[in-house]
Amino acid sequence: MNGPPTLSMFRWIVVRDLTLAWKGRVDVLSTLFFFLIVVSLFPLGIGPETQLLRLIAPGVVWVAALLASMLSLGRLFANDYQDGTLEQMLLTPQPLYLVVLGKVVALWLVSGLPLTLMSPLLGIQFGLSSNALSVLVVSLLIGTPVLALIGSIGAALTLGLRGGGVLISILVLPLYIPVLIFGAGAVDASILGSGGQGSLSLLGALLVLALVFAPWAASAALRISLE
Amino acid sequence: MLEVNNLECIRGARTLFSNLNFSVQPGTFLQLTGPNGSGKTSLLRMICGLLAPTQGEIRWQGANIRALGEEYFSALTYIGHRNGLKEELSPLENLRISNGLAGVHVSLRGCRGILQTMGLAGQENLRARLLSEGQRRRSALARLLVRKSAMWLLDEVFTSLDSTAVALVKSLVEGHLSSGGMAIVATHQELDIRAGSFRRLELAS
Repeated sequence: MNGPPTLSMFRWIVVRDLTLAWKGRVDVLSTLFFFLIVVSLFPLGIGPETQLLRLIAPGVVWVAALLASMLSLGRLFANDYQDGTLEQMLLTPQPLYLVVLGKVVALWLVSGLPLTLMSPLLGIQFGLSSNALSVLVVSLLIGTPVLALIGSIGAALTLGLRGGGVLISILVLPLYIPVLIFGAGAVDASILGSGGQGSLSLLGALLVLALVFAPWAASAALRISLE
Repeated sequence: MLEVNNLECIRGARTLFSNLNFSVQPGTFLQLTGPNGSGKTSLLRMICGLLAPTQGEIRWQGANIRALGEEYFSALTYIGHRNGLKEELSPLENLRISNGLAGVHVSLRGCRGILQTMGLAGQENLRARLLSEGQRRRSALARLLVRKSAMWLLDEVFTSLDSTAVALVKSLVEGHLSSGGMAIVATHQELDIRAGSFRRLELAS
């Protein structure tokens, strides 16, 4: 149908949001710093008990990733809503699905991806083996896009509401639970020596499901929020 | 042609307007007037498709705009209360991004030329945050010159514009009307539009 213009619009959305993220890089960095600090607090609090640390590492890193990606959701639509650019995006002659997808991709590139890249360093603090570290990276690589996609629905629904920040966590955190279980489960399994491929496959299935449905649901929510 | 049939708008518990019928032909300037809160903005947002009518329908070239979907959006340019500019970006960056999203290709030089027409020469690369309210409005209005849509929907765009800018926008609107475009403009200003046919719609409170 209209391949090239649609693709170029998608690219413009991603470039736009990355430019804006660069201009407001303090926000981006604070999310990453939050992730770094939360994960680092555990070894400091628990002390040098390698066995215990190794056991809790997957859960700690994954919960911190969950919270950090939730922190970044506030930026997804709220600023664009306030200055009217979101309204203009709703009026572009392209499917809104792609606008949302483009924004989520840009958000993931500045939150989920750097967080994933940082995770091996943090894993070392917990004494994870190189095998477990690689599973941790892969699980985050598949899992953090799912978090951003699911989160976009919450961000779209709470747009313009007072106390949206708290509401978004109530809406989104329960939906994050499957991602947490399979993500942390994969790393757990690799620590116990049983591979973790099963959990990773399920995580991949969640990603496909979220890619198909989340932008669609978020678009519908945006249309309602902007009425 | 735009047709509005039996349109009704209820916001909260208040009925802003009901039984609204009118049509806009190519070359028509429709001025929306009425006291504050009479539903001018809601009407414009309904025509954009941002707001769903509680009753009635809006038809574009004979088809309901709800059924037309995204295709319809290339027929209109809407400039609302909020300028739709990113404060962190310059007018030039803002214009280029908005072109990209609308799927319109204009060269960098073309964009500069358009901003010059809007009286923003020398300010193209300043952050929008540093511009005055009127300059920001001019920067938002530059979108009209790029998209060349059939229908312009302008909501109180003359506020905070100086007299030269008002005259400029007026001449742009006249040019648009004489080339067969239509414009629906919510404003309290008395505009002396010298092209196309002029109509006024007063929304009562």
